Amino acid sequence: MAVKPPVPVIPAPIWRNFKDLQEYEEHRQRRPEGDKHSSLFESITEGIHSFPGGFVVTTPADAFLNWARKSSVWPVTFGLACCAIEMMATFCSRFDVERLGMVPWASPRHSDLMIVSGTVTIKMAPMLLRIYDQMPDPKWAVSMGSCSNSGGPFRHGYHVVKGVDRVIPVDVYVPGCPPPPESLLNGLLLLQEQISHFKRTGVRADPNPKVD
Amino acid sequence: MTSATGPTVVELDYAGGERLTMNMGPQHPSAHGVFRAILTLEGETVVGVDAVIGYLHRCHEKLAETLTYAQYPSIASKTDYVAAMTSEFAYVMAAEAIGKIEVPKRAQYLRVITAELQRVASHLLWLGTWCMDMGGALGGGATIFLYCIREREMVLDLFEKLVGARLLYGFFQVGGVRYDIPEGWAQSCRDTIDQIEQRVGEYEQQLEENPFFLARAQNVGVISRELAEDVGISGPLLRGSGVNYDLRRAQPYSSYEDFTFAIPVETAGDCFARYRVRMAEFRQAISIVRQALDRLPNGPISSRPGLKSVAQTRIPKGEHYARVEGPRGEVGCYLVADGSAKPYRMKWRGASFSNLAVLPFIIPGHKVADVVAIMGSVDPVFGEVDR
Amino acid sequence: MSYEQARTLIGERFTSAQVDPGTPERRSLGEGGPLVVTLPADQWLPFATFAKETLGCRFFSFLTAVDWKDQGIDVLARLDNLDTTVSVTMKTRLAAGVSQCDSLAPVYRGANWMERECYDMFGIRFDGHPDLRRILLADDWQGYPLLKSYAVDTPYPPYR
Repeated sequence: MAVKPPVPVIPAPIWRNFKDLQEYEEHRQRRPEGDKHSSLFESITEGIHSFPGGFVVTTPADAFLNWARKSSVWPVTFGLACCAIEMMATFCSRFDVERLGMVPWASPRHSDLMIVSGTVTIKMAPMLLRIYDQMPDPKWAVSMGSCSNSGGPFRHGYHVVKGVDRVIPVDVYVPGCPPPPESLLNGLLLLQEQISHFKRTGVRADPNPKVD
Repeated sequence: MTSATGPTVVELDYAGGERLTMNMGPQHPSAHGVFRAILTLEGETVVGVDAVIGYLHRCHEKLAETLTYAQYPSIASKTDYVAAMTSEFAYVMAAEAIGKIEVPKRAQYLRVITAELQRVASHLLWLGTWCMDMGGALGGGATIFLYCIREREMVLDLFEKLVGARLLYGFFQVGGVRYDIPEGWAQSCRDTIDQIEQRVGEYEQQLEENPFFLARAQNVGVISRELAEDVGISGPLLRGSGVNYDLRRAQPYSSYEDFTFAIPVETAGDCFARYRVRMAEFRQAISIVRQALDRLPNGPISSRPGLKSVAQTRIPKGEHYARVEGPRGEVGCYLVADGSAKPYRMKWRGASFSNLAVLPFIIPGHKVADVVAIMGSVDPVFGEVDR
Repeated sequence: MSYEQARTLIGERFTSAQVDPGTPERRSLGEGGPLVVTLPADQWLPFATFAKETLGCRFFSFLTAVDWKDQGIDVLARLDNLDTTVSVTMKTRLAAGVSQCDSLAPVYRGANWMERECYDMFGIRFDGHPDLRRILLADDWQGYPLLKSYAVDTPYPPYR
């Protein structure tokens, strides 16, 4: 069907006028290969974005999805040393992290969070890295206790890695030797706070987020 | 199977002739830590075990050579972190024996009280995790686990009031203990152990009336007396194999001769016997705590003055092997002193190390599902295995 | 069996051994303490067999070593008789530069892991051990950490 002149010009999407949204879209397209979300999540977000007017609610949609993410962070049951006993106590009767939506899960392939609870040794570091790699993106890591923060009292030992951040990226450091469950609980709440700022692009939150 | 045309890549023989190598660990929900077992299977039956340990080797023995006698006890608690009190106990006992340092009677009683409370806490954790291994987190085993942790928290509260820490204490020092019991502690301790004693009876009833529990525990992982002694396993495992040997009775240390208590012995040597021994030990430990609280003498809590001068503790030349009966067995510390403020050499004899060495002898012949039951009944703590 | 009888038996059978009472475990009990038997290296395995069969020390407690720098390495093992609570610590001195010792694994099954640990930490090769490889450290580890010549903070790439 022929269109009579004057041919109407379809306006460019409105988000092209906003600089931050441009950056956002650019980031989305340049997302590295290995940092993909699960396909279900991908299809949900694609659906929202292709919905008429969906781009307008992009930010609320991310807030919603991040809320969903932060409310069901499943840690992998991965105990290394002394701190693992305190981690177990945190998951158990009295402190009960399950009320925050954290179900300790035995398989790294279904978990979102790794709580590195204890000294990482040189023999263990490759195993730890492998377990971390097995977890699907997006994933977070909490370093629990002095040993995994920096080596702690065993820092000078020949067989001790001086901090788990030499092996995997860490989001929250919980100090203490061992940190009491209250301390770990605080660390997990901080992590939830951080997840709620998590960008859809997979970049970690700004360490110094602007507070309104 | 090899055909006439050449060898096939995979040998499959469903009659049971084929062997499969299966890796278990180091991240395994029922491995109680970082333990890796390479199992050789024939069908569902385990025919060979290669245990890989060392994932938590934290250089304790080398670090002890660089730390003074006042610094190390709080690090010593990180060897057996489920029973931190007993590992500190062994270290300070070795230093006291070489230095011929007297320990006041009140300090000895406080040591006994904390060591026995620690035994209760450690056995509670063992009972919970073992039942969870056998029942599965979603299969009902978590019930006992949550109950046991509830009781363990009560004991940890007592320690928190006493020391200020929940898990690793640094309560012992060469010559005595660091803190005296606060006001009202003795009464809350009595209340707690009364409650625990009653509840342990409930758990025993729950478990022993459960046919699934009995089927998984009885006649599984039998350790004969001869094997037990030869490998050097100790503690509840040894007593579950019919050896009436407890260091608290055989070689009383720290005033254990003042208390009356029974040594539970079972002769079957299977997982259920070890379970029975530990359940009886709960009651004995509680009774020792009661007796010690009743007869707690007055006096100083340490034969050496406060912390600052303990930092300069010098131990004369000599060597000694001190051992205590921990919840897992004989926790020993072999100390060689050279007259300076630091030991020349220290060797931990971790009870779990020797106890774990029995696994390659008892697991073959069992099914894969029994491996976790046997490992849980051995109750290893990997800080002590790898040190 | 008391410590006195054990001393006599050891003195009759092993003339080259030197028997000392160790530090008494409790000074209030004058038991004579656990025996420390210093042996020449060639008597190491025969003594273990003797202790197991004659002294009844069937409980293998531990085996370890002490590095005395240029004076060699002491290897020691502790054996217990659980019925009479007689304890024997057997000791032998390997001269500097020597890293060969007889294995106790044929006599005591518990010596298997203990000797592997000792090999791991001190580099002592136990002759007759069925499966001598590193146990705590990785198989490709360089050096023997508990030797006095090994610094505690020796770096290990790539993690340090």
